[in-house]
Amino acid sequence: MILSCKEAARLVSQRLDRELGFGERVMLRVHLTICDGCTNFKDQVAFLRKAMSRLGDDSANS
Amino acid sequence: MSEFRAKVEGERAYLLRYATLQLRDAAAAEDAVQETLLAALAGESSFAGRSNLRTWLTGILKHKIVDAVRRMSREPTLPEEDFDALFNERGHWIEMPQAWADPDAALDQKEFFRILEACLAKLPAKTSQAFMLREHMGLETTEICKELSVTPTHVWVLLHRARLALRICLDMNWFAKT
Repeated sequence: MILSCKEAARLVSQRLDRELGFGERVMLRVHLTICDGCTNFKDQVAFLRKAMSRLGDDSANS
Repeated sequence: MSEFRAKVEGERAYLLRYATLQLRDAAAAEDAVQETLLAALAGESSFAGRSNLRTWLTGILKHKIVDAVRRMSREPTLPEEDFDALFNERGHWIEMPQAWADPDAALDQKEFFRILEACLAKLPAKTSQAFMLREHMGLETTEICKELSVTPTHVWVLLHRARLALRICLDMNWFAKT
């Protein structure tokens, strides 16, 4: 089964919130090797997580 | 994967069709099936000796469907997935996400966090709550479910929606300008 970008993006998001099944991981990996858009999305949601963990860190001096 | 687990997984598609037919709600159906599969894997020993796996699984699923119906009558329904608008009818990005140049550099800039906060403020209340609980407070899905009285699938939709929306907001208001 081939994932669409819409499905791949959903899995990119969900892998941050739950453990994906084996099939899901394989399908996602295949999709990411051929899709720049979803790879960028994957990098960006990881960056969002990093940014969110630091949100408010400098609230004392801003 | 054990043989039993593989067989149980093999029934997923059938169970999903069954649950979708009953519940008329893809997310609730997925939840019910997920719960059924987990219950089945945990209860392998009670299956021992029975001949038909599908019948046994369907029996478990029926209970989960009743639970789901009960829950759906309490829970406000999730609005249509508004991020459908980001993909065409074949599921391709309408606007493919472009790479961000040196995003980590933004983390050193106060102005970036002001933009991020403004983007968060634009999210619908529940979406923003779920996202803050997950990404800022570090709560697990199950804890967020309790806090917001929603199902896991609902939480995942909220989180995904938040990420898609924030990505676009930061793209337009920060990364396109730097």
